[in-house]
Amino acid sequence: MEQLINKLQKSFKLSDVKHQRENLTFVTVKKDSALDLVTHCRDYEGFSHFVLLSCVDWIEDGKFQLTYLLNNPSGKFDLGIRTFISRDNASMTSAHLLWRQIATYQRELKEMYGIDFPGSPRVDESFILEGWDEIPPMRREFDTKKYSEDTYFPREGRGSNDPATYMKSKLYPDDEK
Amino acid sequence: MDFDLTKLLFTLLGLLIVLNWGILMSGIIRKIGARVAKRYGIPVYQGWIDLIKNYAIRSQITHGIMFYLGPVFRLSGGVGLFLFMPMIFGSEHWSNYSFQGDLILLMYFQFFGMLGMALGAGEGGHPNSAIGISRGLSQFTTIEVPMTLAVIAIAIQYHTLSIADIVAAQQGSILNWTVFTNPFATVAAMLSVLGAFGHSPFNLVKAPNEIPIGPPTEYHGTFLGVLRTNAAILHVIEAVLFMNLFFGGASNWFELFLKSFLIYFWSVFVGMVFPRFRIEQSVRWFLKIPTLLGIIAIILA
Amino acid sequence: MTNETNNIVEDKLELEDKFLAPENRKRQVTTPDGTIIEVDPLRDYFSDARPQIYRPNSIPVIENFLNWARAESLWVLGFGTGCGSIELPPLTTPRFDAYRFGVQMRATPRQSNVFIISGYLSVKTLKRVVRSYEQMPNPKYVIALGSCTINGGMYYDSYNTINRLDQYMPVDVYIAGCMPRPEALLAGFNKLKELIKAGKAEKANEYVENFDWYKANQKKIIKDWNMPDYNW
Repeated sequence: MEQLINKLQKSFKLSDVKHQRENLTFVTVKKDSALDLVTHCRDYEGFSHFVLLSCVDWIEDGKFQLTYLLNNPSGKFDLGIRTFISRDNASMTSAHLLWRQIATYQRELKEMYGIDFPGSPRVDESFILEGWDEIPPMRREFDTKKYSEDTYFPREGRGSNDPATYMKSKLYPDDEK
Repeated sequence: MDFDLTKLLFTLLGLLIVLNWGILMSGIIRKIGARVAKRYGIPVYQGWIDLIKNYAIRSQITHGIMFYLGPVFRLSGGVGLFLFMPMIFGSEHWSNYSFQGDLILLMYFQFFGMLGMALGAGEGGHPNSAIGISRGLSQFTTIEVPMTLAVIAIAIQYHTLSIADIVAAQQGSILNWTVFTNPFATVAAMLSVLGAFGHSPFNLVKAPNEIPIGPPTEYHGTFLGVLRTNAAILHVIEAVLFMNLFFGGASNWFELFLKSFLIYFWSVFVGMVFPRFRIEQSVRWFLKIPTLLGIIAIILA
Repeated sequence: MTNETNNIVEDKLELEDKFLAPENRKRQVTTPDGTIIEVDPLRDYFSDARPQIYRPNSIPVIENFLNWARAESLWVLGFGTGCGSIELPPLTTPRFDAYRFGVQMRATPRQSNVFIISGYLSVKTLKRVVRSYEQMPNPKYVIALGSCTINGGMYYDSYNTINRLDQYMPVDVYIAGCMPRPEALLAGFNKLKELIKAGKAEKANEYVENFDWYKANQKKIIKDWNMPDYNW
């Protein structure tokens, strides 16, 4: 794994290398070279299996973090390639030509986060939310509790408890800590 | 032919007996199936409750004339089979309207209900019902091949096309039954009856989890009640047909109940053991061993 | 009455045509003999007449008898909406064996009487549920399984799951829990039987009586309403 990272360092500017486990490493690259790195890993380093494409919303930094997780079946290890894109007019180069199933991930990201992938097949069709007309629901500025209360007729008198304190008061009522 | 009221009444009474016996028989069979699976199982009278409930459904939706006529054709196929089937050997009252050459008519009537169902389901509006009905027809066509061969072999053997005469020829001793005098035809027909009853290896056409593409998808309420009524009649009649042709007929109602139950149970017995065939597999299967046995039976006859 | 409904449906369709799949849009078709006809699949495939109220039989003895038959022969629509549908398959196993109560599974809404809403219901599923529910023939019963159908359960703040089922269709029996075990489901079936035998399970007529209210609630959350108002 170390050897692979050192080898990749020579041709790509990797930053923030994090060895999560023995067989899982995350690296971060610039937006422009992310897909180059993915393609390189697929074609030359044996990462033939695409695991997932996911997104994290860093609203404080104004950024989305995309993670392409690749798997090397012969070496039995994973490589996560992270890249940051701007939150405003979020857009990323489509990777559906590398693996066909990425088109589905991109369709979901378009719907849930509003990240555009120009050229990806059927990216504009609704995926799970049919006829959604609010801001994309997985963006953190979307207040899902308020939306639910406004839309779905909440039943009066429904209460919730914090599981930790509730169980503590139930199981150990005498414990005064 | 002069009108005989007594005969008509006895025929209707026989129909009633056959219908109730069919419902009871399928209830018993389901109970046995449940006990095989170590379940308590459905009550034996569940068939009657289901029928009452289906006839009591309030809203009916139709898709046109043929949609109405589908179950009607199916029911007339079942009742038609009954009308020309001699039920009890030697009985004047229970031989219904059988006549010389009724075997040919019965072979035709077996297909009649299926065709009516095809017309009705085609109008049901369900986009996949055409696929379902074509699968049902193709399977039933191949079921008919070994059955027809066996029937022809028997007709050659006994030099008659009258079921009553065939039954008469088998009387006297158990060794006179067709099952001993013409075993190849019997085996071919008993294999094809597996498909005719529509139990497990060959029940893809109307299996509950295949219904989304099966013929009766759109049928509900009274329509479904008619179909179920017919199914009850048809199962008994098919069993009685085979009993008459191969197992010496019946001389009283008790013998009829016992024999038809055993013949029906044979298909259930196979169904408990074997998983479901796909249509193309079952079509090939019917055209292989059963057809071969049927041809052998004809050659020997 | 019917004309008015037709007009409403037509106006609405023009507004919401963008949601329709291409094969369901109105279009011009040339027949084999050369004439051009207009095809509107939505109007051709579905009826848009309003549902009817079916009164129970006025003779109490007959109605009680029919209700007994309905109660003893519950045909369940095999439609799992949420995680609770995993509680349905064990019902047919030797351990629970719902068959002995006359409960049988059907695969088509036309032949079923009981609709089990099993757990959370997302908006996308609700659209299919409404269509299936309306296709079921008249004496029809709804069992709401799990807390999610009562007050939203653990998904009460989700952007995509409904909180209260009774706003969208009438419910006969609630089964609380997360998840209720199959025994609870059997108890629910028995409760439903009591209701039917007592003649109190006429929720299908209730749905028709408050049809506009239910439709308004449904349309509030199903934003791409691309089907007729009543489809059977």
